[in-house]
Amino acid sequence: MTSSSYSSPAGVEPRPDESGAVLRIDNLKIEALDKRGNTTIVKDLSLSIRSGETLCVVGESGSGKSVSSLAVMGLLAKSVLSASGEIRLEGENVLTASEARLRELRATRMAMVFQEPMTALNPVERVGKQIEEVLKTHSRHSSRERKQQVLDMMRAVRLPNPEQLYNAYPHQLSGGQRQRIVICMALILKPKLLIADEPTTALDVTTQKQILTLIKELQQTLRTAVLFITHDFGVVSEIADRIVVMNKGEIVETGTRDEILARPRQAYTRMLVSSVPSLVPKETNRALGAPVLEVTGVDKTYKQARLFGAGFHVNAVQDAKLSLRRGEIIGIVGESGSGKSTLARCIARLIDPTAGRVELGGRDIATLSRSELRPFRKCIQVVFQDPYKSLNARLRVGDSIIEGLLNFGMKRAEAYEKAEAMIELVGMHRDVLRRYPHQFSGGQRQRICIARALALEPEVLIADEAVSALDVSVQKQVLDLIEKIRVEKNISILFITHDLRVAAQICDTIIVMQKGRIVEASSARQVLTTPQEDYTRLLISTAPGRDWDFRNFRPLTPSGEALLTGQA
Amino acid sequence: MITAENHESPGSQPDASPPLLRGFGETLSSGPVAAATLVLAVMILIAITVPFLGTLDPFRIVPGSRLAPVSSEFWFGTDALGRDVFARTLYGTRTSLVVGVVAASVSIAAGLLIGVIAGYFRLADAIIMRFMDGLMAIPGIVLAVALVSIAGASLATVLVAIVVPEIPRVVRLVRGVILNLRNEPYVEAAISLGTPLPKLLFRHLIPNTMAPLIVQGSFILASAILTEAALSFLGVGLPPEVPSWGNIMSEGRRYFQLLPGLIFFPGVFLAITVLSVNILGDALRDALDPKLARKI
Repeated sequence: MTSSSYSSPAGVEPRPDESGAVLRIDNLKIEALDKRGNTTIVKDLSLSIRSGETLCVVGESGSGKSVSSLAVMGLLAKSVLSASGEIRLEGENVLTASEARLRELRATRMAMVFQEPMTALNPVERVGKQIEEVLKTHSRHSSRERKQQVLDMMRAVRLPNPEQLYNAYPHQLSGGQRQRIVICMALILKPKLLIADEPTTALDVTTQKQILTLIKELQQTLRTAVLFITHDFGVVSEIADRIVVMNKGEIVETGTRDEILARPRQAYTRMLVSSVPSLVPKETNRALGAPVLEVTGVDKTYKQARLFGAGFHVNAVQDAKLSLRRGEIIGIVGESGSGKSTLARCIARLIDPTAGRVELGGRDIATLSRSELRPFRKCIQVVFQDPYKSLNARLRVGDSIIEGLLNFGMKRAEAYEKAEAMIELVGMHRDVLRRYPHQFSGGQRQRICIARALALEPEVLIADEAVSALDVSVQKQVLDLIEKIRVEKNISILFITHDLRVAAQICDTIIVMQKGRIVEASSARQVLTTPQEDYTRLLISTAPGRDWDFRNFRPLTPSGEALLTGQA
Repeated sequence: MITAENHESPGSQPDASPPLLRGFGETLSSGPVAAATLVLAVMILIAITVPFLGTLDPFRIVPGSRLAPVSSEFWFGTDALGRDVFARTLYGTRTSLVVGVVAASVSIAAGLLIGVIAGYFRLADAIIMRFMDGLMAIPGIVLAVALVSIAGASLATVLVAIVVPEIPRVVRLVRGVILNLRNEPYVEAAISLGTPLPKLLFRHLIPNTMAPLIVQGSFILASAILTEAALSFLGVGLPPEVPSWGNIMSEGRRYFQLLPGLIFFPGVFLAITVLSVNILGDALRDALDPKLARKI
């Protein structure tokens, strides 16, 4: 299933002749209007997509890929953004089309699937009705025919029990099912062009795989042209026919998938592709020290009280056990809802575990009271996922970093010196300390958070999806930084991530969690190359782009397992 | 991938102000807001300086000139007892502003304290909030009538009658902000940095309640001035000899057809003061947080 996806288009660059293109964009320029002067967001963007083709637009955040797709849909906020150039959908210029014409085009000729299915659906209307609404607006059919068409479409996107789901509300469906409903809505009128803006980014890998396969299949039956916007090269390697790489509003490079992934010409593309972490685990022969943190039998149960009748229990974490040694990085991987973050928060005592022991240097901290716990706080520090929310916007960076030191009684001047050392350790200038967080990008903020955590010289650092919100190139820098800190400070790290690639790059040991339980725990090498459990195998097999070795710009052979094992 | 990453923003100057205060001056310099600020400044000036002018006495009864019309001696005329309405109206500014400011500060202070406790300590929350729901169900006027008949008419009684129904609103506001914030990563980060509870509250949680509280405070100020006037007008507010806009209007009510100024002049003072406070409150809300404007 996976190997077929890149053998088919390889090498045969579809040269779209002028008439065959479903979408042609010529010299698109998008400007943000401002009283103080306009800023160009996208310039000289030209591309075309033929029927049945998938064009991936790849770029880091701020590259202008999403705003260009909104321009194609005619969804730019005209008061703030102005587009010039030409966007021709089957020859018709979208930029000059009237509002009424655009509305007509949007459902019948082009459709869009967004990142977050929950916000794309109306929460108070049954999903079947929402799909039907599209038909009602744009075609004349009896209500019975309409319902039949909706059910057929729901079957086509492989929703189980369409009759039953027809009457469901969005919150009753899983994330993957919701995205299928959105795809239903997008494709029910068989548009010529489907724009998919990061449609699988909010989904778990196993669901992502299914949705990608679904889009591919529907595209082949309906001959839809797909403009697929993503930041994830794994996804790109699975579905793209051709790739457009964007950076800062401009096209860097265009080519077939194999050209871009295997023979990138531009330095930027090379950097981007080779930043994609490899699934091949690193060879580590580091001598690890004595255990620092011992976790045994940790449970976290949430009681859901009901007004009438008995409440029920949710076991977020059950019987978790791990042992973290000095200098070791343990990765906890799993899909959303697997309990990995809950476990980390239990260990950091941000929440109280229901049962079990969390031993830090031989002392059980799981049941200590708040005041007894305080001296132990500095031993465990946490770096969170969202760099925009983990710093207090009202405090200068320096004040945030020295806060912990002051809490443990250090003099202000001394603490500030320490903060300067820390900020330099994470690769930033000491001037940073006098600024406010809003002046920094996500990657820079994450460095600041790491500096803040390290200032207390903790024994254990918990990184809770600490690189998940970052672009690949920045992600790579932060991962390198974490590795450097581990070596210099000989610190132990619990690294929580949903991304097996990231885990492969940095972890000595990997713990796989599913539904609150640890299903597999072993060395990174063993988990990734010879997984023992079905669930681990499933996670590995659904990791996007697992057949491609990005760092070395080449596909892995179909017998990728063997190559994975042999490499390193 | 939602973060803006590419531009490694150099950051303008190291000492740029925090995001809270950006655009503040800009908002305050717009036409209506400037006018409102000016009106309030004049009102405050009147309230402070009126006793020192020495020429006006709100209590002096001139039996010879009862219900005198507007003249050069009595700018707003005199009331049924022959007191100078202009003097009483200016002194009324004092009463109104004192009632407004005290009511706003007391209800904000009490509401903040209770709200933080309710928002941060889960156990206290249920009890406090049910009690607050109870308070919210008491109509202000009925409470005032009850208090006046128990404790007699006085400034303190009026303040209690105004503040008690306001507190639950402030509590709900503060509790909401605290509940939202307590799970923010930066608060959790502060907890894992070993930040003691008082410092956590004062440094990380309470500053975030300030913007909505300033706004709420301005609205309480305006409504307290109105409520005091309404209570006095109904005769359950301040004692009748105290010069307050409500009292002046209440006494003037019977002679409205004879001397409309008895209601008109204090009415205008009341209206423009409340209007100014409201405009300023709206401006503060926009200046402090554009997102907040839609939330409240």
